[in-house]
Amino acid sequence: MQVLFARHQARVYRFVLRLVGNQAMAEDLISEVFLDVWRQADRFEGRSAVSTWLLAIARFKALSSMRRKPEEELDEEMAGAIEDNSDDPEVSVQKKDKSAALRRCLQLLSPEHREVIDLVYYHEKSVEEVAQIVGIPEATVKTRMFYARKKLSELLKAAGIDRGWP
Amino acid sequence: MNETNQKMSADDLEALLPWYAAGTLDRTEADQVEAALAADAELERHLELVREEMNEAILLNEALGVPSARVMENLFKAIDKERKTARTPAQGGLGAWLRDWLTPRTFAFAAGAAVVVILLQAGIIAKLSLGDRSEGGSSFETASAPSPTRGFEIGAFILVRFSPQASMADVTRFLDSRDAVIVDGPRPGGPGGMYRVRVSRTYLGKDELDRLVREFQSSNLISMAVPTE
Repeated sequence: MQVLFARHQARVYRFVLRLVGNQAMAEDLISEVFLDVWRQADRFEGRSAVSTWLLAIARFKALSSMRRKPEEELDEEMAGAIEDNSDDPEVSVQKKDKSAALRRCLQLLSPEHREVIDLVYYHEKSVEEVAQIVGIPEATVKTRMFYARKKLSELLKAAGIDRGWP
Repeated sequence: MNETNQKMSADDLEALLPWYAAGTLDRTEADQVEAALAADAELERHLELVREEMNEAILLNEALGVPSARVMENLFKAIDKERKTARTPAQGGLGAWLRDWLTPRTFAFAAGAAVVVILLQAGIIAKLSLGDRSEGGSSFETASAPSPTRGFEIGAFILVRFSPQASMADVTRFLDSRDAVIVDGPRPGGPGGMYRVRVSRTYLGKDELDRLVREFQSSNLISMAVPTE
């Protein structure tokens, strides 16, 4: 259990933190995630990667806890959850800091789009694995990823960076 | 392939670029994307955009840090708490019961309990043996199946004192791997007492018995081993 925890805790924590936007809540949730994993160890059938299983449990717990919290509190916490010392998109563009603007725009995506972006780019999940974690068809995964990227381009364009796509 | 099909195909390939960049496409799809990239400079440019997004998404996530130590503390406190709650096979299934049972703490306790049982059994064997002798008999009988046979008296034996740190599981494994069995003990002879171990069902010559004694002595589970009758 210690090995499993040591190996996956950071990524599961980051995934949950991106969903709930509150560090204390994210920490409580990942404790619950790993406790559930410990309880359900004999149910894991090895058909998917352990990390996929963990993220699916984490996602379920995060969404359940978010449903229990007032919307306003979440929004406020979400805004302050991720430390970003970069300037706002406009200023970044003035500085020609495309990377900082891109990061800022990634944070401005809807939770749904942010989630799929994180799962694909950061957690390196295949189409099939994202479908398992999020609980949607594989075709929807591809569509959602496409629209997430499209929205990202729109945000960048609004901030003065035209990527010429889509 | 008509124009519409070509457009559709390009859209499909475009949609796969994030997974291609992340290296999570299967070989067939990756080959198709690579072929399209080789033939389409615009698609190659789009791949660069995907890589930019991916780099920043990784940086953003990595910047979120790691959970504090309290998470692990809370987790293992909770696990300990649940472990303390009695769990039977019927409640959690054999797998769950075994998983809970086979924790270091419970395992050590169970090993200790097993030692007590073995000692008790050995005591019974010894008592039966002495009882027989006092009545003129001279053979051992198994505790589980007293009989007039002299099975345990036939064979080769070593008198053994186990190391204090040897667990019951280790001892059992050690003896099983040599087809050896404790037939008597504990006898007085230091901490933990001495046990008479049958190492062969048949008589062994001195050299062979000495070799087995040396083998026993070389094990860190055993603090002393000597040949015996």
